[in-house]
Amino acid sequence: MAFKLNVNGHTSTVDAPGDMPLLWALRDILDLRGTKYGCGIGQCGACTVHIGGQPQKACITTLEMVKDRPIITLEGLSPDGTHPVQVAWQEIDVAQCGYCQPGQMMSAAALLARNPKPSDKDIDTAMNGNLCRCGTYLRIRAAVHKAAELASSGAPTKSAGAAAAALRNRE
Amino acid sequence: MKRTQEKSMLERRSFLKISLLAGGGVMIGLTTERQAAAQGRGAPQVTPDPHNFIKVAPDGTVTILAKNPEVGQGVKTMLPMLIADELDVDWKQCQIEQAPFDESKYNMQSAGGSTATPVNFMPMRQVGAAGRALFITAAAQIWKVPESECTTSSGRVMHRGKSLGYGELTAKVAELPAPNLSTLKLKDPSEYKIIGHSQTQIDLHDIVTGKPIFAIDMKLPGMLHASFERCPVLGGRLVNANLEEIKKLPGVKQAFVVKGPDFHGIPTSYPALVDGVAILADNWWQAQQARKALKVQWDEGAAAAGSSTAFAQKAEELSKQPPQRTLRNDGDVDAAFKSAAKVVEAAYSYPFISHAPLEPQGATARFENGKMEIWTNSQQPGSGRRQVAQILGIPQDDVVLHMVRGGGGFGRRLTNDYMIEAAAIAKQAGVPVKLLWSREDDMEHDYYRPGGFQYLKAGLDASGKIVAWQNHFISYGEGENFVASGGVGPFEFPQRFVSNYALHSSVQPLGLRTGALRAPTSNAIAFVMHSFIDELAQAAGKDAVEFRMDLLNQAPAVPAGGSAPPGVNAERMKGVLQLAAEKSGWGKKTYPKGTAVGIGFHFSHQGYFAEVAEVTVTSTGANSHKVKVNKIWIAADVGSQIVNPSAADNICQGGVIDGMSELMNQKITIEKGRVQQTNFHQHGMMRMAQAPPEIEVHYLKTTYGPTGLGEPALPPILPAVANAIFNASGKRVRSLPFSDSGFSWA
Repeated sequence: MAFKLNVNGHTSTVDAPGDMPLLWALRDILDLRGTKYGCGIGQCGACTVHIGGQPQKACITTLEMVKDRPIITLEGLSPDGTHPVQVAWQEIDVAQCGYCQPGQMMSAAALLARNPKPSDKDIDTAMNGNLCRCGTYLRIRAAVHKAAELASSGAPTKSAGAAAAALRNRE
Repeated sequence: MKRTQEKSMLERRSFLKISLLAGGGVMIGLTTERQAAAQGRGAPQVTPDPHNFIKVAPDGTVTILAKNPEVGQGVKTMLPMLIADELDVDWKQCQIEQAPFDESKYNMQSAGGSTATPVNFMPMRQVGAAGRALFITAAAQIWKVPESECTTSSGRVMHRGKSLGYGELTAKVAELPAPNLSTLKLKDPSEYKIIGHSQTQIDLHDIVTGKPIFAIDMKLPGMLHASFERCPVLGGRLVNANLEEIKKLPGVKQAFVVKGPDFHGIPTSYPALVDGVAILADNWWQAQQARKALKVQWDEGAAAAGSSTAFAQKAEELSKQPPQRTLRNDGDVDAAFKSAAKVVEAAYSYPFISHAPLEPQGATARFENGKMEIWTNSQQPGSGRRQVAQILGIPQDDVVLHMVRGGGGFGRRLTNDYMIEAAAIAKQAGVPVKLLWSREDDMEHDYYRPGGFQYLKAGLDASGKIVAWQNHFISYGEGENFVASGGVGPFEFPQRFVSNYALHSSVQPLGLRTGALRAPTSNAIAFVMHSFIDELAQAAGKDAVEFRMDLLNQAPAVPAGGSAPPGVNAERMKGVLQLAAEKSGWGKKTYPKGTAVGIGFHFSHQGYFAEVAEVTVTSTGANSHKVKVNKIWIAADVGSQIVNPSAADNICQGGVIDGMSELMNQKITIEKGRVQQTNFHQHGMMRMAQAPPEIEVHYLKTTYGPTGLGEPALPPILPAVANAIFNASGKRVRSLPFSDSGFSWA
């Protein structure tokens, strides 16, 4: 079946069964491998992407469920690492193995989009669906605060939507 | 396109080959490499040649190669830092690349045992220093001045106002003979500009922008995606499978049986390749979907009788029988128990647990013209290469490995089963194959941390001093052999500190693969040892820190000139115990009811760690206790130098979070030979809201050589939290995980 997917501001046609999870369409068909597979049952959050502006687990969201809502993946935050979340993640040196971080960053970006100045408790709640096997939680928490600070200080960074628009313009 | 190619060829050609022939019998700094080889890691011994590690382009660009596999432990950053500092270049000026897999050039290329720092601290600095010496010689010859008057900084050689960049000296350097490694002057630690200064992870930008840098991200032209079905009982042999039906399913390109080597009964070590069915499709999800329709008849074999309940019953029986082996018997334990003022006995146990690195197992392989090429995130690629050659009958020289970043290791990627599977599948398929395990595959077919049982007995004299210690250590194996990572050594603490000390063991057959999980053996032993020591402190009516200090003071003095005894160095352990107590304000604070601190220490992988946890326990019923870890203090002695403080802190903090997951929620159980847990919902990891808000890390600098901390940071946190929970709630839990006793994270 053919599905039209709007990913990072770009529309692609994916010919795949409707019950295929978005994760595998992104990774194996659209070649967007920044989104990771960790559990396949929505437990770890490594596959978190934005669907219609909401953080969703791509491993349990089928192509049929996406409908026409726009999708933003890590690659769509910014291709050059300039989104406040990406900048903060680098400044705080968050990652160990780095495998969960795409999902962590997507959850963080979604949190900041709706709550520009989250408290520790807000962060804990928003990020609780993302497991980090290496245990970098303290740095993730610090990086979310840092990203909030960068975004509010008007640093040269972009929102996910703006990043997608920028990508679109480039093409 | 053409321009780019020309440019890159030009760059390649013009890279300086520092033709340093570092042979000549100079073997400085390789003692530890040799020791590692003696432990069976089997790497060839070569003197590090700067040519293999450093490339300098005429424009001054410095490229440094990182030799070891990176699975998140930070070596791809740390090892090049050692080279760059001695080379005296700016870190920002360096490009870092993963070295090719070639142990004839790089020595052991592995990630395990917290060995990267102790093994490489000297040779990597020598490599950098040799490079720097060459640039000085080149400049001195051009200027016709004595080398001793030349200095370096930021990749330039200077002499009285003159200066030349390393890039400008490349042609001259290529003509020079090798400096003598034994006479190279290394920097004094006060001169370090990179070592000891936090550097962010080299791959960080690629990580935050989602570049395809992990093993799971590999892609080759014409590649198919593979899923592999194994028998739910380890070692089951395949009788038949409905392959023809599977081949007709959407997206499926191939389906075939892969056979593993033969074996008999329940071996202590199973073959790395087991029977299974490979399904190859256009994308992995379709291969997985097809797998659901797979019908396989298995001959399950002897391991099908395995049951966690039966293992526990058997252990209980064994504990009442004379032990099968005595590993250590110092003094007269029986007599000491008879004369003891108090005898304390306790039975502890811990379950099998799974490594579960977040990136599931997998590898990409291509078999063409008799050559097998594999892209792998193995922690021990060398042994994997040997096994691929042996099992698939390919000459070892025709097996070429590429090391790709791994999404976590924790010891799971020391075994190369999945890489051998990928190679076996690719060989049969005739096309490049990316094998990916599902999370369920990973949890059901791991090389588990072995469970075990310890039956402890200790005697205290009237003053509360431990005068006798006995442990019947019950594990798995056969005869004299423990299963992998299921053993204990004769010098395990408190051997030597208690003069009447007996360590006995018994084993039962298992039928499950086991292996090293971060801080192998220590991750279970520390929990038992320091929970029990706390029980003894309580029986003696003493403070937990004071009681441990007294115990550490009981070691007989080492005679002057005598060599250090095996096991714990009392002075180093007292140092971290003191530091942890100091930093946490031990004994100086009062806590509200339900809040308390607990402590534990452990020596493993050459590192000394003491940790304090502050917890609050809220009971909402007889069997429902919520635990909040408020704060943790880590005190570490890993020698004279922390190479990359940012990474070190991160790893220490992660280590204790990892340990707390093991303590609270992780358990693998077996029924009818089958692992019962399938995914993270049944093998819980600590989540962000459960993680302590603060974890302080303090290093005690000592004069010992720098060692690793990926592993030794973990073990003490289990007893520290367990003891804090006891102090806060009065509940002594002697069996992991705590969730089985009604505890959960708040």
